[in-house]
Amino acid sequence: MDLIYEGIKQAIILLITLDPEVMRITLLSLKVSGTATIISLFIGISIGTLVALAQFPGKQFVVSLINTGMGLPPVVVGLFVTIFLWRSGPLGFLGMLYTPTAIIIAQSVIATPIVMGITLAAMQQLPKKMRLQVLALGATPLQSVWVLIREARLPLLAAVMAGFGGVISEIGASIMVGGNIKGYTRVLTTATVMEAGKGNFEVAIALSIILLALAYCINYILTHIQQRERRF
Amino acid sequence: MADHNNIILEARNIRTENRGAVTLDVQSLKVCNDEVLSIIGPNGAGKTTLLQRLAMLQRKPRGELLFRGKRVGTDLSATEYRRCVTMVFQETLLFDTTVFENVASGLRFRHTGKDEIERVVSENLELFGVAHLTGRSVRTLSGGEARRVSLARSFAVRPDIIFLDEPFSALDPPTHESIVADLSHILRRPGMTTVFATHDRSEALRLSDRICVMDRGKILQIGTPDEIMNHPADDFIASFVGAETILPGIVTDGNAGTISVNVGGREVMAVGEAKAGQNVVLCIRPERIALSVESRLDATSERNVLAGTVVDVTSLGLYYRVTVDCGFILSAYITPGSVKKLGIERGKKVHASFKATAVHVLKR
Repeated sequence: MDLIYEGIKQAIILLITLDPEVMRITLLSLKVSGTATIISLFIGISIGTLVALAQFPGKQFVVSLINTGMGLPPVVVGLFVTIFLWRSGPLGFLGMLYTPTAIIIAQSVIATPIVMGITLAAMQQLPKKMRLQVLALGATPLQSVWVLIREARLPLLAAVMAGFGGVISEIGASIMVGGNIKGYTRVLTTATVMEAGKGNFEVAIALSIILLALAYCINYILTHIQQRERRF
Repeated sequence: MADHNNIILEARNIRTENRGAVTLDVQSLKVCNDEVLSIIGPNGAGKTTLLQRLAMLQRKPRGELLFRGKRVGTDLSATEYRRCVTMVFQETLLFDTTVFENVASGLRFRHTGKDEIERVVSENLELFGVAHLTGRSVRTLSGGEARRVSLARSFAVRPDIIFLDEPFSALDPPTHESIVADLSHILRRPGMTTVFATHDRSEALRLSDRICVMDRGKILQIGTPDEIMNHPADDFIASFVGAETILPGIVTDGNAGTISVNVGGREVMAVGEAKAGQNVVLCIRPERIALSVESRLDATSERNVLAGTVVDVTSLGLYYRVTVDCGFILSAYITPGSVKKLGIERGKKVHASFKATAVHVLKR
């Protein structure tokens, strides 16, 4: 119990004193996971909508593939992104391995199927004739897609939450492609693992509390928007 | 009024299949300018499929559609065509926003100016009696209000043709009546052509210039309400449009436009041309049959007076359906006053009478 108490005390001290290292780690975590979430929203919503609205042979296979992707293990993603960015790998010439960009790429790969799967489900929950009604009112195909995305906005906020939640809390990919380099690629999860490994439990607990608080704040804001929309 | 020489829309050889089954197969259908054309038929007749095809809302359309003489898909793109027409579905399908934004949506798709949008939206909300709801979220609307908003949304784009797919279903009777009453005036405005699917023949009679009867994806008959109701092309249409008494028989005599038909051993007189021995089907609407306690054969111009026994009396609200066994079954509609006056009840001996002109003859 002392350990937990000490951890909480340490976290409060680190936060109140705005410890530069903790602030750097926190900001980098936000920057990396935020960027990855935004990228995954662009790709996931576009492809999810396309798959939901289009009729093509093998659609069920593609939908199953997307649903499987929602549970993609971060370690596996980390492994493949590492292989691709490795010096002798297909994208090794870019020199991106062990950079924040590499973490963004890996986290985007993790979050995209999550966003895609939720988008797909959200679009399929709209009334089947809604698309026809939008077209019947004179919308171009592009305008009709925009209206349908707008109609599915509440479940899509859940996609944002799930995508961000999935990447801010993952460690396997971040540690593999980022290397946990101090002051450069160290994020909240990788720092927590490292501190726990060194036996600095109070710092590890402090970082965990910051991670939890961060995830809670982001989700609180999104939930607030979602519930306000629901009441409207 | 409908201009029957001015065709606004023509469909040729349109066909739709769903998993190998033909759901629509129409060789030719012409819609005239300014008319109200009703599509009637039982559930699964293909009414909705036909409307969706005419509105160019199907993924892989087959056949040809000509709008004001231009081929849709070649001379006119699908989007350009869809901006000249619109469709109201059975479900209201309102967007999750305010009433104003819903009615404005079609105009926004067309990049209409802000002032024009405000003017047209208020005009249409006023037209459908929902101007007071303009700022309300559609989530708070009743079924009738939502239906009015969905109609206002479609009329706001000022379509050349509006396709209405059973827009009054799932409404309570007073709301249904009030919306039909309003719409019957609105559809009569010049420049408004309407194709309207319904399974309610009274709605079709009330609103239409012409009626098209469908079943199993095919058009069975198109004509004025009078033609369809009084001269149905076959016994299916006769039954669907309310000729409750449909009797197969054999012509025993044909003379000077009047024929005598043997139906179950009884002779029925009808107006028509047929040779003796020919198989025919006689269709009689229930409102054309009168009941009396005594035979009026000598005191009436009605050529058919048949003695029978009442086998059933069913209240239909404003009137009764009385079923009489005359050797074959006849249905007649009688007012409650007449039921009381004549003492109509099961087992009562009555005489059913109707004119030869009330019998529609279908040749087999």
